[in-house]
Amino acid sequence: MSRIDEEQVKYVANLARLSFNDQEIKTFTTQLDAIIGFAEQLNELDTEGIEPTTHVLDMYNVMREDVVEPSLPREEALKNAPLQEDGQVKVPLIMEAD
Amino acid sequence: MPLFEEGLVSLSQKLHSKEIKASDLVDEAFTRIHDVDGDVQAFLTLNEEAARSEAKAIDENGSAEDAILTGMPIGIKDNMVTKGLKTTCASHILENYDPLYDATVVEKVKTQKAITIGKLNMDEFAMGSSTETSSFAITKNPWDLERVPGGSSGGSAAAVAAGEVLFALGTDTGGSIRQPSAFCGVVGMKPTYGRVSRYGLVAFASSLDQAGPITRTVEDNAYLLETIAGLDRHDSTSADLAVPHYAAALTGDIKGLRVAVPKEYLGEGIDESVKANIRAAIKQLESLGAVVDEVSLPHSKYAVPAYYIIASSEASANLARFDGVRYGVRAETNDLIDMYNKSRSEGFGDEVKRRIMLGTFALSSGYYDAYYKKAQQVRTLIKQDFEKVFKDHDIIVGPTTPTTAFKIGENIDDPLTMYANDLLTIPVNLAGIPAISLPCGLADGLPVGLQMIGRPFGEETLYRAAHAYEQTAGFTLTPAKGAMNK
Repeated sequence: MSRIDEEQVKYVANLARLSFNDQEIKTFTTQLDAIIGFAEQLNELDTEGIEPTTHVLDMYNVMREDVVEPSLPREEALKNAPLQEDGQVKVPLIMEAD
Repeated sequence: MPLFEEGLVSLSQKLHSKEIKASDLVDEAFTRIHDVDGDVQAFLTLNEEAARSEAKAIDENGSAEDAILTGMPIGIKDNMVTKGLKTTCASHILENYDPLYDATVVEKVKTQKAITIGKLNMDEFAMGSSTETSSFAITKNPWDLERVPGGSSGGSAAAVAAGEVLFALGTDTGGSIRQPSAFCGVVGMKPTYGRVSRYGLVAFASSLDQAGPITRTVEDNAYLLETIAGLDRHDSTSADLAVPHYAAALTGDIKGLRVAVPKEYLGEGIDESVKANIRAAIKQLESLGAVVDEVSLPHSKYAVPAYYIIASSEASANLARFDGVRYGVRAETNDLIDMYNKSRSEGFGDEVKRRIMLGTFALSSGYYDAYYKKAQQVRTLIKQDFEKVFKDHDIIVGPTTPTTAFKIGENIDDPLTMYANDLLTIPVNLAGIPAISLPCGLADGLPVGLQMIGRPFGEETLYRAAHAYEQTAGFTLTPAKGAMNK
């Protein structure tokens, strides 16, 4: 019995902003199914009432004074942007022009 | 004899007394890289011009007496950002990335005037156990060029083993410092979570990632950890605890040390030749006065599945930032969503995509409780296993890996077999505790790694035990006379 089918893989790929061709979808479906099947070993354990560990240290908020400090100059911050214009990062059109 | 074989303390004394120059050390690094890196391929980017001029400046101006790392050639894993020195994470998506600042660990070694020789190969985004998922090069094991160096810090371990640098920095999310150190016959420490700042490391799994040193000797390792450890205001998970002078812990005395050997770590799935070396090492610890007990870590076999759910879930969130907008490679299209899809699909390799997919699935609506929450609950059980053992033991000892270095190409098409290679290292990351791997002999000519696991912030005890073993083990490991034949 498969745990995950091609339609689910396509759905997850869209959530993850990844695109695959038909062959890749097939391969990923098989591999993810095997990995998820492997992970289902965890169901052998009764974890009723066990607190999940999200972090190993005792976490607490770390506060500091809100002081203005020097930050990166704009040219520096834009240095790695693939496309820029007028001191801003440029991306494809996100809304239709009126 | 190569200078690097003398070790940090001796080299530093000779540098301060002007018996050697920083330029000699940098020369040795680049000469060695020139001779062997065509075969080993540990480096992705070299920093030669800057390294030589830094060495010259040290030779002309002298160095501060208290900075032991001054002039020492270091290699940096390519997932640590280095200002003005390309940082790729061994991924096409970052092939042109020019960082604007130094990671805290890099800044700390630079403050002591250690000299960055270059950036070291790794599995893409540190996802892998063989360095084969790198987008740019396949690093070879200096002991046998047909074998993998381990991963993900494979370039770091191989460069140290091949004598290309004195030492290197790596990162460890599920074994990525310890496993390549074991495969390459060097010393690697994964510190307690929070001991070392993660600021400027390209994040993989934020609740597991930790940076640490890879060195030829335990003593060098202790000095390098002391340099990079400590509270950092840029990382709110870095621990507010004083950093010990770790080298002071290297007393050679482990009389009465309570050593636990988990039966699961010498059981099914571990090669006989590995077990034989580990048993001999345990006898050696006993002869030094340690008291050895067999114990059980009953949830060990669930660590790998729990890890792959947790690490992949965290990775799927962390890698969402690579969208082609602010940095990295962008695929040109006229549609924004299409640009995200294409940039990511062209930029990431298969293993990274597999983990993003697994993580996105595990976090998706309807599956979160069944997979992600379940894995976190199992993480609690694994952590409790360790806490129970540490109630009446000081360290846990076993192998670092179930086998010695495997052949290139042997496991790359089978994700589950590859993942299983990490079964002895992953529990440590899930529990957030420290562990060191050090060489304990050869099996069929390949190094075997002895793993010592400690209590939270128990690095001093690990260094003391590892050093006592190293000093009396009665062998020296050097691959230079082996495979590379140079």
